[in-house]
Amino acid sequence: MSALCNLKVSRPADGTLLLQLRGSWKIGQPIPGADEVQRQLEAGSGIKRISFDAQELTSWDSGLLTFLIKIMDRGAQAKIDIDKEGLPQGVKRLLNLASAVPERKGARRAVVREPLLARIGVSALALGRSVAEFLEFLGEAFLAFSRLFAGKARFQRSDLYLIIQECGAQALPIVSLISLLVGLILAFVGAVQLLMFGAQIYVANLVGIAMVRVMGAIMTGIIMAGRTGAAFAAQLGTMQVNEEIDALKTLGISPMEFLVLPRMLALFLMMPLLCLYADLMGILGGLIVGVGMLDIGFIQYLHQTRAALNLNHFWIGLFQAGVFGVLVALAGCLRGIQCGRSASAVGDAATSAVVTGIVSIIVATAIITVVCNVLGI
Amino acid sequence: MAEPKTIPDSPQEAHVTVKNLTMAYGSFVVQRDLTFTINRGDIFIIMGGSGCGKSTLLRLMVGLKEPAQGQVFYEKISFWQASPEVRDQIMRRVGILYQSGALWSSMTLAENIALPLREYTALDSSRIREIVALKLALVGLAGFEDYYPSEISGGMRKRAGLARAMALDPEILFFDEPSAGLDPLSARLLDDLILELRESLGATVVVVTHELASIFAIGNNSVFLDPDTKTMIAVGDPKKLLAESKDLKVRKFLTRGE
Repeated sequence: MSALCNLKVSRPADGTLLLQLRGSWKIGQPIPGADEVQRQLEAGSGIKRISFDAQELTSWDSGLLTFLIKIMDRGAQAKIDIDKEGLPQGVKRLLNLASAVPERKGARRAVVREPLLARIGVSALALGRSVAEFLEFLGEAFLAFSRLFAGKARFQRSDLYLIIQECGAQALPIVSLISLLVGLILAFVGAVQLLMFGAQIYVANLVGIAMVRVMGAIMTGIIMAGRTGAAFAAQLGTMQVNEEIDALKTLGISPMEFLVLPRMLALFLMMPLLCLYADLMGILGGLIVGVGMLDIGFIQYLHQTRAALNLNHFWIGLFQAGVFGVLVALAGCLRGIQCGRSASAVGDAATSAVVTGIVSIIVATAIITVVCNVLGI
Repeated sequence: MAEPKTIPDSPQEAHVTVKNLTMAYGSFVVQRDLTFTINRGDIFIIMGGSGCGKSTLLRLMVGLKEPAQGQVFYEKISFWQASPEVRDQIMRRVGILYQSGALWSSMTLAENIALPLREYTALDSSRIREIVALKLALVGLAGFEDYYPSEISGGMRKRAGLARAMALDPEILFFDEPSAGLDPLSARLLDDLILELRESLGATVVVVTHELASIFAIGNNSVFLDPDTKTMIAVGDPKKLLAESKDLKVRKFLTRGE
């Protein structure tokens, strides 16, 4: 019996409510609520004080304390004295400790649901702020570039080489895999249609032009947004959390030049190269399908591809790749610099860098394609 | 090297015993041959200069890092030889306050404290709320349930971390540099809080620190780790060590080189 917690309420004297605590009052036990005491307080008009008897209390922890705090709250509401004498020493001390620092006024937050219009307004203002921040960032990036061409930008060359290695050479395996497969897929889908006309040789044109003109650049861009854009955002975000960016600022070194510039430069330089490589791998993918499935000769396929492509296609693809490089680097660095000061903020920054990067790549492709169409190239 | 001194045998019950412990990172030995006993209800200080392996010793005692040699006993159970289930059970009775609070940044203070309760007890959410409110009140943060760790000051984060460490009513509380980064007054308040909690909860407290004020204010037993000889060179009540120790390094440390 003594193992279970047990509460006995009695009224030994007029105006006194005695609570006898027995057994083990630990968290796991079915600890009684304060309702019975409350009933007594309501029914027994004239109760002026509550006292405790803990003679038979065997063990206790937070479970007992939360119960006692509830009783004390009820008592305070009804202006009843609480006599803590009968409680164990440790319990008394902890109760005093818990009430030592009064709850700070206004600390507790009321959960207020804002009306719809207010929420729309808040989002609109936030959007306006983020656009302004983006433009400011863009402006600073531009200034940093102009200082670079004036030869005055301060950053470490070794950093630049390291980033070039990370976002260039180390991206080759994944770029090879993805663009080879994209080339294969394009060739497969095209072959099924073209076979109906007996025009399977044009698979070479389809794959060649599609890869060189858009797909090579888009696929590289998306790979780099997921791979490098997220890494930039996480790196800069963590530096923001560790106050490393503040340390640069107070030293008078612009984080824009020291951190953002080498990253943008590296991606701007590496993306066209990666794109060129992706084009080649895509054509190789088409070649595999053409030679293996459609019985086109090896030389014939290459010859057809060469005849289909002209330099304009390459220039447009490479130009797009350069633009994507800048966009991915901008998105990654912007989100990293804007990052809050917690672990979850770094995660948000990385996510948002990838999303921003991919969306801006697709939008830029659409714009460039329309412009090229209008210009007739 | 001075012979490690031992405290006179007390009738108290050993809570944590460290025996012939050697800790190392790869082949780099941090400390070797550590042997000491922490009694139930002690406030035990692990002290020593920066880089002597205090925090590593703590990581070893709470199961975050495996010892290269030797054993850590919780009561009679050898922690590193026990099965994972037994280790888990031991760790349920341990609360840890990490150096910078280590609150989970994506959760509010209330959620931080409620997580161990939700995972390891069968309490319903209203009871958990009551306990969370109690723990926050105990560390002087009543009403701060809905704040995120990033919205409160460093001292408050530390106290909130303490509230989380106490969530499951642990028998042993480990503190890693509790007063680091706090102003003297906040550090003093935290020391008082540690003393008060020890007195009222009857918990064993293990503190890693090099703050002399804290060492003398709260410690009743200690071990001194020396980075040069890579072993402990003194054990005992820090006040007694200050008065009686003949070891030059210990004296120098405890008197700030005066």
